[in-house]
Amino acid sequence: MAPLLEIRKLTHIYSQGTPFEHVALKDVDFVAEKGEFIGIIGHTGSGKSTFVQHLNALLKPTSGTVLLDGEAVFSSPQRIRQVRSRVGLVFQYPEYQLFEETVRADIAYGPKNMKLDKEEIEQRVLEAADFVGLDPELLDKSPFDLSGGQKRRAAIAGVIAMRPDILVLDEPTAGLDPRGREEIIANIRRYHARVNGTVIYITHSMEDIARFASRLAVFCEGRIVMDGVPGEIFRHVEELERIGLTVPGITKVMALLRARGLPVPEGIYTIHQAMDALLGLKGGGENA
Amino acid sequence: MLKDITLGQYFPGDTLVHRLDPRTKLVMTILYIVVLFLAKGPISYLAVFLFLAISIGVSRIRLKTILSGLKPILILILITAILNLLYNRGETVLLRFWRITITLEGVFTALTMALRIVMLIAGTLLLTYTTSPLQLTDGLEQLLNPLKKIHVPVHELSMMMSIALRFIPTLIEETDKIMNAQKARGAEFDTGNLIQKAKAMLPLLVPLFISAFRRADELATAMESRCYHGGEGRTKLKVLTMERRDWITLIVGLLMLALVIALRRLGL
Repeated sequence: MAPLLEIRKLTHIYSQGTPFEHVALKDVDFVAEKGEFIGIIGHTGSGKSTFVQHLNALLKPTSGTVLLDGEAVFSSPQRIRQVRSRVGLVFQYPEYQLFEETVRADIAYGPKNMKLDKEEIEQRVLEAADFVGLDPELLDKSPFDLSGGQKRRAAIAGVIAMRPDILVLDEPTAGLDPRGREEIIANIRRYHARVNGTVIYITHSMEDIARFASRLAVFCEGRIVMDGVPGEIFRHVEELERIGLTVPGITKVMALLRARGLPVPEGIYTIHQAMDALLGLKGGGENA
Repeated sequence: MLKDITLGQYFPGDTLVHRLDPRTKLVMTILYIVVLFLAKGPISYLAVFLFLAISIGVSRIRLKTILSGLKPILILILITAILNLLYNRGETVLLRFWRITITLEGVFTALTMALRIVMLIAGTLLLTYTTSPLQLTDGLEQLLNPLKKIHVPVHELSMMMSIALRFIPTLIEETDKIMNAQKARGAEFDTGNLIQKAKAMLPLLVPLFISAFRRADELATAMESRCYHGGEGRTKLKVLTMERRDWITLIVGLLMLALVIALRRLGL
């Protein structure tokens, strides 16, 4: 069976043929399966935002193909419409796209464009609001009366309400305070666990993503330079730092300990792993 | 797509044309337009054309770029040419059918009118292609400075102009972003009848207006917190100075004007 999402040799060049020509993506191969929680990390300008806009046919590849269920996303206008509701894309600062008079109407915008009937739309709005932890009382307020964090949730709900097979989030916690960040992340994780959908989460913060992604893809200068489970990725501390990414603090601590001669394993990225490794070391010492 | 709009875009470079003082370029552009409208006969047109061709050559702006800048006014040129072709009453009749008469003089005027518009736009494009918007407004402010005596708020006008110019790309980018975000939620901006299209613009216009107001507010605060209080006593980071090359260019421009006036007298 074809993978849920498959990208082959994707290249994107902005303003081709002008003095502003810029190669944003170069020969990118990528596969996503159902149920995965994929973190995409990369420096600003590494091509990650350009990449995700290809996933729902917003950008047309300069060359290469994007396949959803083995079928090209760009075959016809009907297909594009279908793809946009199946791959839900939440942009950076999504609250800037709110426009309706009430939060309810704004969340309903996507489902309405899918031409669903009224009851179905209402049900999806309530479900999406619940997923993002938005109080039902807020649904009849104007989106412009909400707080920053609530606006963000309402905007994310607007995409979740389309019930996409793949939910793509571009820096969903940018500009939020630590508490707002934690809450959004918790909501997204809960959503992922409940619907068993695929989530693609773009960030440049390793600290966040390391805790919950089942797989990480690292972008650098328009290419995927690493792709694998977090434990594997975080073995390459030096390489990650060289391309300008900060590894999680605990990974850094463990790398420094190892450099001092302590035999702790590579690829540690959570406090628990580090604790187990250190306790194991201590236990080993006592036994000897 | 929206990013491909070339009108008024600046192409950085380091040629003689780029280095000229913006005031020189502004005055030269005005001179050029005057000369273009004074030109009458083929020889004068050839002279003005040569001048334009040399300027474009020196600026190293690619011909393709200039031509793509001309594309939006193609229809205007065509309409002008056709109207002149049909309504010019000349002596030498070339073609007559139904109620339409086409004369040799008509063909000639149509061609010169089309050529005149093309050269007019190409010349002014050269100005915006080689001068950054900031330099341009700076130059304009300096040129209009004498008007301050009759209480024209020259500084404020030029500040408004540079802010407006500065925010065109930002707003285009913003529009692009919001369009994409709404498209991701299934919006379609280019299908349906006129009313449906107008309705489809709402999810784009509301966020765009809100963000424009927010930006204006933030910019005003940022300017005030840096003690901006109008043009009084304000100094420039880059003081414009007229160099030798500027004076030479201006003299060339004046000679050009003299030449075309002379040619006009001679009926060439």
